[in-house]
Amino acid sequence: MSAAVAFSPEQLAEVRRLQALYPDRRGALLPVLHMAQDTFGWISLDVEAYVAGLFDLSPAHVHEVVTFYTLYFRQPKGRHVVAVCHNLSCHLAGAPDILRHVRERLGIDVGETSDDGRVTLQSVECLCACEAAPMMQVDDRYELHLTPETVDRILEELR
Amino acid sequence: MTTEPILSRNFDRPAARTLAGYRETGGYGAWARAQEMEPAAILEAVKASNLRGLGGAGFPTGMKWSFIPKGHAGPVYLVVNADEGEPGTFKDRYLLERDPHALIEGMLIAARAIRSALGFVYIRGEYVQPWRVFDAAVREAYDAGLLGRGLDVIVHRGAGAYICGEETGLISSLEGKKGWPKVKPPFPAIKGAFGQPTIVNNVETLCCVPHIVARGAAWFAGLGTKTQGGTRMYSVSGRVRRPGVYETSVSITLRQLIELAGGVAGTGRLKAVVPGGGSAPILTADEIDVTMDVDGLKAAGSMIGSAGVVVMDESVSIPEALLVLARFYAHESCGQCTPCRESTGWIYRMVHRIVDGHGRKEDLDTILDVARRGAGTTICAFYDGAVGPYISYIEKFRAEFEALIPK
Ligand SMILES: Cc1cc2nc3c(=O)[nH]c(=O)nc-3n(C[C@H](O)[C@H](O)[C@H](O)COP(=O)(O)O)c2cc1C
Ligand code: SF4
Ligand code: FES
Repeated sequence: MSAAVAFSPEQLAEVRRLQALYPDRRGALLPVLHMAQDTFGWISLDVEAYVAGLFDLSPAHVHEVVTFYTLYFRQPKGRHVVAVCHNLSCHLAGAPDILRHVRERLGIDVGETSDDGRVTLQSVECLCACEAAPMMQVDDRYELHLTPETVDRILEELR
Repeated sequence: MTTEPILSRNFDRPAARTLAGYRETGGYGAWARAQEMEPAAILEAVKASNLRGLGGAGFPTGMKWSFIPKGHAGPVYLVVNADEGEPGTFKDRYLLERDPHALIEGMLIAARAIRSALGFVYIRGEYVQPWRVFDAAVREAYDAGLLGRGLDVIVHRGAGAYICGEETGLISSLEGKKGWPKVKPPFPAIKGAFGQPTIVNNVETLCCVPHIVARGAAWFAGLGTKTQGGTRMYSVSGRVRRPGVYETSVSITLRQLIELAGGVAGTGRLKAVVPGGGSAPILTADEIDVTMDVDGLKAAGSMIGSAGVVVMDESVSIPEALLVLARFYAHESCGQCTPCRESTGWIYRMVHRIVDGHGRKEDLDTILDVARRGAGTTICAFYDGAVGPYISYIEKFRAEFEALIPK
């Protein structure tokens, strides 16, 4: 395991606090994986093994959890993640055009990261903001009522 | 039909997100009253109110609560389902973001009724802003001594998986596992989270509870139909002039609801409506004089589900709409049951080639056959939720599919 994969003492205290919160400490696995991703950028096999150690689980158990959920990245991601919703209401409001526009602007396809490491592009299922379709999520934020013009502005601002 | 906002009464009052602002209009008054009531009396009130679960299945809430084994020695858990993910639904996001203390008050009362000392709120991972607002409200409630004296609350963030909205998938996820649904029985009320009796309720369901306690079960029951009390938050989107969340009585008809949302946009002529989230069988323009309660839509051969209403005008391609949903089901199947895992992928590929103009003559009947065979054979209701759209879109709009298939 690479030496870089380790939480700080404060983070380890937080892991222990979370583990004690749940009736069974394994309940803290998802929150701790969120922490790990925030800290290490993505969930590598090394990170899985490290987290498994914190829970006395086999790395295989952590792996099956990590691979089940879409919000855990199993390869390095860009500094920003742009997730365009392609479900029904967004589709009816022009999501395919928005997605095409985003791909052209970024010069990458869905699932790819721009060469400068700036943006990872995804297309995702309903983010439940259908009243403001078409929409996308940019990191923590929902961007609503998209048009090609607002998309340009939003992408422009990502550094 | 009531137009008085009940669940949405604080939506235009940003101050209500704080404890002080919530209290200004009587917030936590119902909790004060509930503390004077025996748990059994709260449960009776909720039963008499005819509150039905607003997360999807429409199960009577009071009856669900009464399934907790009497005299159970260990802990009982309350789990709030805030994993909102049903296509076309967004009302729980509004409740979390605009009235977080209403949910906390509902949890306090529900926990007293079922004698639970620990509650979990499972919020979908993508809902970062709603989580921040709700988490801040929880911390305020702790500081004020509302929480931490009889009820503790853990706010838990999901990690992106539609199936974790299904209550036993949610429980698996809460336990730190992949979100695989579990075979029922045992139902969660008997053996749920961490092996203990657990009540899973939707955000909106619990937000109704303070009003039932404050204004009485009879009043709440009187707002709705004979078999379902209260109002409901309808999420309306797609081709309507004013998409948004509309709170009205569950006795409103679908036609009236579309009018409330400004009427049909696009061509202005209605083609079809999804009445209860992506998993609800589709209704044609001639089928919208149905009441939007659980039993009204069941009688119409569809379901109210999460009350996500998606409106399609005449210019919408129904095969394309089904393609979008078929892609969703293929992506979100948890893979545990063979019919669901295999059929969702196969049907997606067939709908895909039909829309692409390479469909085969037998494809439509194959889809219907595969869908019908698998229905009712799986561990959870996800697959039935996919079968409803597969069958209804093709049966009701068959000519439109056939027109795409080369002769
Ligand atoms: C595939 C699937 C997805 C579901 N998603 C949700 C959801 O996002 N939110 C929700 O409250 N209930 C959802 N449900 C329903 C839950 O299983 C459960 O019935 C509900 O949370 C119970 O709460 P209620 O009785 O208050 O409605 C889903 C069910 C299925 C089968
Ligand atoms: S029906 Fe589908 S989603 Fe539900 S448990 Fe089976 S495979 Fe998983
Ligand atoms: S379909 Fe895009 S947010 Fe719901």
